[in-house]
Amino acid sequence: MSCSRFLGSVGTIIIKCKDLRIIQLDIPGMEECLNIASSIEALSTLDSVTLMYPFFYRPMFEIVEDGWSAFLPEKEFEVLSSVTDEWRLSYINKDFSICPSYPPVVIVPRSIDDETLQKVAVYRHGGRFPVLSYYHKKNGMVMMRSSQPLTGTNGRRCKEDEKLVNATLRPGKRGYIIDTRSLNAAQQARAKGGGFEQEVYYPQWRRIHRCIERFNILQESLIKLVEACNDQSHNMDRWLSKLEASNWMTYIKEILTAACLAAQCIDREGASVLVHGTEGTDSTLQVTSLAQIILDPDCRTIQGFESLLVREWLQAGHPFQQRCAQSAYSNSKQKFEAPVFLLFLDCVWQILHQFPCSFEFNEHFLVTLFEHAYASQFGTFLGNNENERSKLKLQQKTMSLWSWVNQPEELKNFQNPLFEANSLVIWPSVAPQSLQLWEGVFLRWNRPSRFLDEAEEEMRRIIDYNRFLLDKVNSMRKQIMQTETEDGMDRMQEVQEEQEEQEVQKVQEVQEMQEVQEVQEMQEVQEMQEVQEMQKVQEVQEVQEVQEVQEVQEMQKVQEVQEVQEVQEVQEVQKVQEVQKVQEVQEVQKVQEVQKVQEVQEVQEMQEVQEMQKVQEIQEVQEMQEVQKVQEMQKVQEIQEVQEIQEVQEIQEVQKVQEMQKVQEMQKVQEIQEVQKVQEVQKVQEMQEVQEIQEVQKVQENP
Amino acid sequence: MWALQSKGKNSWIEERKQLGRALSHKQCHVQYNHHLEFSRGCQRLTNHRPRQLARLQRSVLPAYPSERVEYTQLVENVKLLDRYTNRRAASGTLYLTATHLIYVDASAEVRKETWILHHHIATVEKLPLTTAGCPLLIHCKNFHVAHFVIGQERDCHEVYTSLLKLSQPVKPEELYAFSYNPKMSKDNREIGWKLIDLKVDYQRMGIPNDYWEITDLNKDYEVCSTYPPEIVVPRAASKATVIGSSRFRSRGRIPVLSYLYKENNAAICRCSQPLSGFSARCLEDEQMLQAIREANPGSPFMYVVDTRPKLNAMANRAAGKGYENEDNYDNIRFKFIGIENIHVMRNSLQKLLEVCETKSPSMSDFLTGLENSGWLRHIKAVMDASVFLAKAVKDEKASVLVHCSDGWDRTAQVCSLASLLLDPFYRTFKGFMVLIEKEWIAMGHKFSHRCGHLDGDPKEVSPVFTQFIECVWQLMQQFPCTFEFNEHFLLEIHDHVYSCQFGNFLGTCHKEREDLKIFEKTHSLWPFLLQKKQELRNPLYRGFTAYKELQPNTLPFSFQFWCGMYNRFDKGMHPKQCVLDHLLSCMNQKIKLEDNASELENKLPFLDGPLPSEACYLSKVGCAASKTSMLNTPQDYQGEPPAVLSNGISVGDANVTSDVEQKNKENLANRRDLHRNDSVDVLNSEAKDGKPQHH
Repeated sequence: MSCSRFLGSVGTIIIKCKDLRIIQLDIPGMEECLNIASSIEALSTLDSVTLMYPFFYRPMFEIVEDGWSAFLPEKEFEVLSSVTDEWRLSYINKDFSICPSYPPVVIVPRSIDDETLQKVAVYRHGGRFPVLSYYHKKNGMVMMRSSQPLTGTNGRRCKEDEKLVNATLRPGKRGYIIDTRSLNAAQQARAKGGGFEQEVYYPQWRRIHRCIERFNILQESLIKLVEACNDQSHNMDRWLSKLEASNWMTYIKEILTAACLAAQCIDREGASVLVHGTEGTDSTLQVTSLAQIILDPDCRTIQGFESLLVREWLQAGHPFQQRCAQSAYSNSKQKFEAPVFLLFLDCVWQILHQFPCSFEFNEHFLVTLFEHAYASQFGTFLGNNENERSKLKLQQKTMSLWSWVNQPEELKNFQNPLFEANSLVIWPSVAPQSLQLWEGVFLRWNRPSRFLDEAEEEMRRIIDYNRFLLDKVNSMRKQIMQTETEDGMDRMQEVQEEQEEQEVQKVQEVQEMQEVQEVQEMQEVQEMQEVQEMQKVQEVQEVQEVQEVQEVQEMQKVQEVQEVQEVQEVQEVQKVQEVQKVQEVQEVQKVQEVQKVQEVQEVQEMQEVQEMQKVQEIQEVQEMQEVQKVQEMQKVQEIQEVQEIQEVQEIQEVQKVQEMQKVQEMQKVQEIQEVQKVQEVQKVQEMQEVQEIQEVQKVQENP
Repeated sequence: MWALQSKGKNSWIEERKQLGRALSHKQCHVQYNHHLEFSRGCQRLTNHRPRQLARLQRSVLPAYPSERVEYTQLVENVKLLDRYTNRRAASGTLYLTATHLIYVDASAEVRKETWILHHHIATVEKLPLTTAGCPLLIHCKNFHVAHFVIGQERDCHEVYTSLLKLSQPVKPEELYAFSYNPKMSKDNREIGWKLIDLKVDYQRMGIPNDYWEITDLNKDYEVCSTYPPEIVVPRAASKATVIGSSRFRSRGRIPVLSYLYKENNAAICRCSQPLSGFSARCLEDEQMLQAIREANPGSPFMYVVDTRPKLNAMANRAAGKGYENEDNYDNIRFKFIGIENIHVMRNSLQKLLEVCETKSPSMSDFLTGLENSGWLRHIKAVMDASVFLAKAVKDEKASVLVHCSDGWDRTAQVCSLASLLLDPFYRTFKGFMVLIEKEWIAMGHKFSHRCGHLDGDPKEVSPVFTQFIECVWQLMQQFPCTFEFNEHFLLEIHDHVYSCQFGNFLGTCHKEREDLKIFEKTHSLWPFLLQKKQELRNPLYRGFTAYKELQPNTLPFSFQFWCGMYNRFDKGMHPKQCVLDHLLSCMNQKIKLEDNASELENKLPFLDGPLPSEACYLSKVGCAASKTSMLNTPQDYQGEPPAVLSNGISVGDANVTSDVEQKNKENLANRRDLHRNDSVDVLNSEAKDGKPQHH
């Protein structure tokens, strides 16, 4: 809770909560008011994590299932290993030494050993080497996530990284790298030591850039949006322009689009995907987790969604403590504050809104998660990563949110009455007309929800009553069956009963079928659109690529040269071989007499090897030279730039000097002029004086 | 052009030539014969694609028996482009019938038809020739946009000119309603017209009473040509006062009662602007307002609300019109509520539709476009005005007199919405029909001009009624359990306002409808809609008594863009799973289950207590069941025996609608009416059932 004071004759405290609620307290007595205000201020801005509520919270309910151990990676891996043996658990990070923001256990390709991982970790930002995020059972495609590679300006490469990334591809298949930054941002990252995978070294991968904003841009967006929602003005234009200016809905659309793209690559294109941005702890997780919700029906259940949050947000190292410190009403600018998780929840809500029957949980569940991410009596969202959590001993000292949520009586509130499990991939629409402001969070305190709650209640009642009726009918049927068999009635009636039952079932089945068909039809339409959007995206990317091509021309030239050299190499080798064969034949013929064929051959082989080595050496030298040339070129350029800058500076200095001189000259001239003027004035004065004197003299002379 | 029916072969050929087609006489003969052949049962085509045409025969021929389809045009190899995506275009055949443009997609595996009623066509554009062919862009009044590409430029031009003629009938007799024949008996048609009786609604309000009377002063349209013969005026207003007042009001539209809030006698009255100019006054008009004020003894004053922006009202003074001078009338409180005029609204909608049509806009583009269109601002203005009226009546207990310029656009919007806010009856099927009949049709909203039914002045066209329908939808979003009907009902009404299939919305006022012999020659929409009640109802409706007055939030964020209206035919944008459909199927399932249950209960010889399994379940759902009694389900407010549902027809039809995209509802109706002679019985019982509700 952030709190601000506002003192009149009666003390007034306005408390602005992290869940966007604003409470006003009027307190008689200035001093009391001040005391309360400062207490709230102090208690809401605790320095130490260990002073926070979760460490003092004593639950009043009995723990049925401990949430801390509900989603262990080993257990999750069991499911995976029952489908494929291409993956293994790696404990390389068990003491958090390889990557401080990763969990102790990660899933990596079986063919990659820990030693390789270690090398890859050095090459990736923050040690976040590519790990498995999602395995698509339908076609065996995978989604990996990581941080950016540390290519730097030199285009550094890491063969182990290439090996690891390629190990996720099926033979002959291509993959997509989804970079959650714009191409520009990714290129700029090189200057800071970061970068992106270059086609040269990852030829089987195609890179796609999607621009998802980060940090303070998102935080400002949230602040603007909340401000707009709290505006009591009746001006429609003002509301719409504020909503537009906040850009919140734009970011929702961008994130959803990127997630759909990732899902599409996996499900439609049958390609594996690697997702990363810079650190791989924010936009990366938004994309990977949303893609799973789209692809995997399990993630749309309550348990599955919790598991997703644990895997893709908590264990994956989203820094909750930094990102969710103050919410929208923060006074001071927090450098690391950003509503990344709230945006994710909003996106989930958008999908839920478009597929109201496909989720086991309801909107209330998402709102609850939003609240607990920002302020909670449970320790689940404390700390920035597993490393910090283990140091804080959260498991021993605090309660898990899941222990509370997963109690049957609590779960009831989070269940969606419309839920009917379907195993389909659900493609949301990302058209602006399809996306809405999440009223459940942003307008929650600004208007009464009574009528909407009643609608929810009514819906629940209709569905519950239907279920009750269905059960009743079925149980009565059974009853009749039993009595009839006991009485030894004719089979005819039984058959009739069965037929009736079958009819009811058929009707139900037909209905279900129809629903599924409808959904499928809709999805087909949607899929088509998605594919087209993909195409558009691809087109855009192609354009980007063209730009890239221009920008990375130097690198590509190097590549081309290399390729040409490779070709030449092959050709040369072939020529050499042919020549050798000819020689062999000739020499065999010649040496038939001499019978020293083997020796000659050995010699020839030696020669071949030597030639090969020479060729390679030459090529390496050439490569080196090329690289050196490029580097030299760069240096030359840099030097030139520096020189230019120097020249410019010199010129500027010269100009300045000249200007100074001019100014000085001007001043001198002015001074001279002034002096002259003064002199003239003096002269005039003297003249006047003289005249006066003369006049006086005259007057005196002529009294 | 469909009027060709009676002209026969030669005149058909003459028409053809006039269309400017360079066809030889022989060619024309061939074509004519071909069309005849098509109309005789599509034999020629049946040979080619028997399976595909099976449906068309069913759809077209029953509605247009072979001897009646005289003009049909057919173009093959036509592409239908998807509006938003570059997906492979559908390829198929285009048919023009007397009433519809029908496109049959031959490329799809599942047969797909697109039906467009000629009356729904707002504009037809021929776009520049492309390599794929000649594009034809059709904008419909129900916001359907169809983009065809026709292979031959000649064919395209032909279709274009035909559609231009077909979509802009010149004479009222050319409208669909005069040829639409659902094969209903004369008696039933008359009963249909009598379904909505405004007198019954006035009775419901307690009129006539001590203060108000229903007068036939206007029976010969002498007081006002655009009012109905019977109007409700204060008992205290003498004939002279009424006549005098009518001379002082624009087009004689005197103050009459729109709605009486029985609880406190406060009334909503409506009229047109006074002819006050800069200083003119009229004693009778002042007496009239006094009579209205005194008809509500509970309040010492009354409001006079001018729904125009003040500037517009002041400008009118120069033309000898204007607004009431507070000094001249006793105890009135005068107020402007700035709702813009029809021209501003027309342009606003135009801008909104441009935004909706933009190909893959960014979020920013969309929101900026939405803002710049001003559409939601206008919707909010109408809603604000209605809320003001409702509050004045309910909270301040004061009567309100509302007018704009002529009192048939903004006034109709505001009065009908205020009634809807105040009275739960108007939120039922029957009540909503009454409301539209009363405030819009009877009081002379110029549907014919505003909807552009006939070829006329495009500046008279304006989406005034569309705005009203949207305001109701906005209310539905805020109060999901208060309306008996659902969104489809609103869309259905909106469709038929433009379709001219039924007589209700033809003409501009009651007098004109009488002159057109609407009541003898056409059918009423309402019985047709009541028949489809099952699919048009709101499953969440909590009944007539659950909510009384509504007080909507009118802060800007309470208004949403109505994707279901303006992007209605872009299915990809809508939620992929529809809660409404799901709940409607639940309701249907419920009835079947209840039947099953009672049947089984009879079979079970011993049923003194609940079964063991049932008892166990009862305890589980007990809380849900006990909170709101089982009797209080929305189903019980339908007042309809389950037998109607179990005849299976509505279910079967529902399937048809679901599997055929963009199915034209009118035609469904045709078939249903044809196949169901019992439909009218349902109707009758409906009418009888409806009546007790009034009292």
